[in-house]
Amino acid sequence: MTSADPVETFLNALLAMDRVMAKRALGGPASADVRLDVVERLVVPSLERIGDLWERGEVSLSQVYMSGRMCEEMVDAILPPSDPRRVDQPPMAIAVLDDYHLLGKRMVYSVMRASGYELKDYGTVDADALVGRVVRDGIVVLLISVLMLPSALHIKRVREALGRAGSHPFILVGGAPFRFDTELWREVGADAMAGTAAEGVAVVRELLDRLPKEHRA
Amino acid sequence: MSARPMTSLERVLTTLGHREPDRVPLFLLLTMHGARELGLSLETYFSRPEYVIEGQLRLRGKYRNDCLYPFFYASVETEAWGGDVFYTDDGPPNAGPPIIRTPERIRTLEPPRVADCPCLLKVLETISGLKAAVGDEAPIIGVVMSPFSLPVMQMGFEAYLNLMFEQPDLFEHLMRLNEAFCIEWANAQLAAGATAICYFDPVSSSTIVSPEHFRRTGLQVAMRTLAGIKGPVALHFASGRCMPILDDLPPTGAAVIGVSMLDDLAALKQAAAGKVSLLGNLNGVEMRRWTPEQAEAQVKAAIAAAGHGGGFILSDNHGEIPYQVPEDTLLAISEAVHRWGTYPLAVPREQASSSPPKGPRS
Repeated sequence: MTSADPVETFLNALLAMDRVMAKRALGGPASADVRLDVVERLVVPSLERIGDLWERGEVSLSQVYMSGRMCEEMVDAILPPSDPRRVDQPPMAIAVLDDYHLLGKRMVYSVMRASGYELKDYGTVDADALVGRVVRDGIVVLLISVLMLPSALHIKRVREALGRAGSHPFILVGGAPFRFDTELWREVGADAMAGTAAEGVAVVRELLDRLPKEHRA
Repeated sequence: MSARPMTSLERVLTTLGHREPDRVPLFLLLTMHGARELGLSLETYFSRPEYVIEGQLRLRGKYRNDCLYPFFYASVETEAWGGDVFYTDDGPPNAGPPIIRTPERIRTLEPPRVADCPCLLKVLETISGLKAAVGDEAPIIGVVMSPFSLPVMQMGFEAYLNLMFEQPDLFEHLMRLNEAFCIEWANAQLAAGATAICYFDPVSSSTIVSPEHFRRTGLQVAMRTLAGIKGPVALHFASGRCMPILDDLPPTGAAVIGVSMLDDLAALKQAAAGKVSLLGNLNGVEMRRWTPEQAEAQVKAAIAAAGHGGGFILSDNHGEIPYQVPEDTLLAISEAVHRWGTYPLAVPREQASSSPPKGPRS
């Protein structure tokens, strides 16, 4: 890959936390379709690569976080939340279970929005509150972020309570306990786990490609 | 040579001198399991120093542990700063909402005095009680949160990263407040009888900030803070990677580095040998479902990677073993250390990975 490669240029600007350079790399004013293309061509692959680099220990969490936040701001300017060009999707939500450490959820939320998705942000909730909101909102894809092992184990209770309420969302989990025990997501009844925010986007994208049209908004 | 086995303290001091003791020391960093020994809820257990003293002494006897660990829970420090703590039945008490809700609050913030904080005084009483019980037989490990990592609980991780990158003056002011508190808190534990201080600093790890950023921030904080702590210090990255910054750590004066299973332990040992000792690096989260055979294999592998020549203490990689890890697994770990950790080691030295990890990108 040469230094003139647009993804590499944008990526380097994100890792250096250089907003000016990043905006310049995204390009100037253009038609809506061209701007949408920029998200697919530059933003999504850059965030995926940053996620991979973090997995390999080559960039830090603070760089991942700041990159996601900068991309979210830039994509919001290109595609406001109400823009119909945002991804056609079913109701999705994200929550942190039992903890006031919100960074992991914030990063996933930013990268999902920077990739064109919209999702409800439930913030910090306990298992009962989460079940109530998911049922009320008819959530089809539920992303749960945890920091501590006990919170991860509580996801099993969430899954069981949702089932009793007749709700069967696709549950995608992430957070430190799942990174340190790669079998844990199965044990707690999740449908998938993501090691990074960008991996979470890839899982959701693949799921939506498989989902029948009637389940979409 | 005397036939008397080494005491735990002698064993630890020998390995910290980069010599081989009678066996690899074992630090099972158990905070909550004492409650189970006493049949108490976690909230009751941490309510009285006598309970924690008795719990720690029973755990040391049961698992032939080489240290006592009077660490209550990480959020005890934010409790001292005025924050809430929430107890659960299945894990460490967790910090409530941030005490610093806007960065501007930092300008008027004042660090608490240790003597004014009942939650800290309980820890000090626990240390004194343990010291009275074991004297110089076993090391007592006090704990502080690094001034650079404490803001994750004081203000929330996202707000803290924003402060760090966007408001350097307020960030620096917060560091000075936290450093003053950290030094007083560490020295109070040493005065109460702690043998050494474990300085938990996950934010400094290369998992969280880049090595360049660490050198400008977390390293400077550690240099200033450790200079004020009147006793030996272990730097612990609480599961975060430290290989890219390993060479920066000895100048802080730290004697021990707590290392992660995310790094290559043999490569760390190769780089640290003779300079700084290593503490680690069993996977505490995965440990919950290890069979006794898996526990033995993990212990054996860690000893092969880092045990030769001393300078190594076997431990978990986070600094706190989850409450869900069963007794049988802990017993299997202890048994394996006694079997495979006796010097001269029967396990061959594991060589560092031939392909070193790529350098970090900034």
